[in-house]
Amino acid sequence: MLVSISAEFVEPTVDPSVITELRKTPLNAIHRRLGAKMVNFGGWDMPVEYPATGGLVAEHKAVRGSVGVFDVSHMGDIRISTARSRGGALSAVQHITMNDASKLAIGQAQYSAMLYPSGTFVDDVIVHRLGDDDFLLVINAGTREKDINWVRENTASHDCKVEELSDSYTQLAIQGPRAIDVLQKLTDVDLRPIKNYWFTHGTVCGLKNILIARTGYTGEDGFEIYVPSDVTTSEDVWAKVMEAGREFGIIPCGLGARNTLRLEAKMALYGHEISENINVWEAGLDRYCKMEKGNFIGRSELQRAKDAGVTRTLVGLEMIERGIARDEYRCVNEEGEPVGIITSGSPSPTLCKNIALAYLPPSMSALGTVVYVEIRNQKAKAQVVPTPFYKRARKSTTQQFASTV
Amino acid sequence: MTYPPSYRYTAQHEWIDVKDGVGTIGITDYAQHELGDVVFVELPKPGARVQAGKSFGNVESVKAVSEIYAPVSGEVVEANADLEATPEKLNSDPHKSAWLVRIKLADQAELAKLMDAKAYEAFISEKNKEASA
Repeated sequence: MLVSISAEFVEPTVDPSVITELRKTPLNAIHRRLGAKMVNFGGWDMPVEYPATGGLVAEHKAVRGSVGVFDVSHMGDIRISTARSRGGALSAVQHITMNDASKLAIGQAQYSAMLYPSGTFVDDVIVHRLGDDDFLLVINAGTREKDINWVRENTASHDCKVEELSDSYTQLAIQGPRAIDVLQKLTDVDLRPIKNYWFTHGTVCGLKNILIARTGYTGEDGFEIYVPSDVTTSEDVWAKVMEAGREFGIIPCGLGARNTLRLEAKMALYGHEISENINVWEAGLDRYCKMEKGNFIGRSELQRAKDAGVTRTLVGLEMIERGIARDEYRCVNEEGEPVGIITSGSPSPTLCKNIALAYLPPSMSALGTVVYVEIRNQKAKAQVVPTPFYKRARKSTTQQFASTV
Repeated sequence: MTYPPSYRYTAQHEWIDVKDGVGTIGITDYAQHELGDVVFVELPKPGARVQAGKSFGNVESVKAVSEIYAPVSGEVVEANADLEATPEKLNSDPHKSAWLVRIKLADQAELAKLMDAKAYEAFISEKNKEASA
């Protein structure tokens, strides 16, 4: 038996001659103590699952049904703030990202992306508006250096200050319908009024002025907290979260569950659904790209691409025949001719079906269209299905109120 | 979990139990643990020929695909049909009910190249040491 871990867990461009020591988050010792299975994820030594507490499927189900906690300290953080004159940071953020940051209130965040002039992706980012002219961009781990260099180069002509804060924070994602109950036990902030994709600052585990954001990468309700990255503080917060979550059955969750959860919710993963070769329209991220906001890097080429129309589009697939579509498997038509490629594929623990995201020609993107996935030289039938594959039931305000009284 | 002393083992974590010229093949407890939750098993049909050291099937967990290599050469006489509906048995009972295939051995002498339980246990204990280093 030779385990070939799915491509998303492997650094794609590792040259054996330049392998340096893997980077570790401040919680690395905890993961190892918990017996986590560790993998190299973009140069980071990260937990993929924790077999002792049930492993990937149990972790996935904990997040959908109650609560789980992820160490996501490998994510990078870039702060862009005022240098001399107010407005410099905003204009820099507007220039390097595709969403409209001017629409953000202080305390609000948005999904966005940094683009190359070609309209393809440098990285996807969450932009947080910390102040009138003060922004925090949360970026991917595997693209940290590229991103910070990109930001510095492309904001040089703007009057703003760029700081890389990636190593200053331990970032924990507490995710699931009971995440609010867990975190509420550890903070003086009333979490209920914080809306999805909003954030605040408050005392968490006795630590003052902690960024608490109602964000995540699971398609579930949840919070991400950013605490000081020294090992003692990080381990203390982790222990307190686990303790507070015990009554809700909290378990530690690894990158494996993070991947299946985000796939069910059709959230893009850099290097898969989005990359330097895929543009915004192909990825279907139109609603996060504000062409009308004014110029930004990638805009003119995107305008041209929009007029030309796309030749491939991201669709959701569900396997009809036996077999699991995996990342980079080919999609073929009835005649066996290549028509597209799987970007992410996995069994879905929530739906108990084998699902995938794929790039297909627009002519094959209609719901119900049959397409075949080449699995070890054999064609397995699949069909185009609506996405996201999983959407959480949002309680109405009245129900939410009723359930908290 | 203990490794049955009558079985023979490969460095790719398969086991084989030979009786009267027919070998029952499976994956080891170590293998199922490395894989995690098994969700899919693909096996050859009776009549298929397998070659020592060559892949003859696949086991998939949620996150990974793994090839299974034949410990010895021979002809498949039976595949474990139960695993199609209940692949998770590979996690709970890898050494017994979750066997993969039975093959008629082509050459009994190939067995001599495999590890016995003691050698295999020593082999995986080294692996576990590497992993926790």
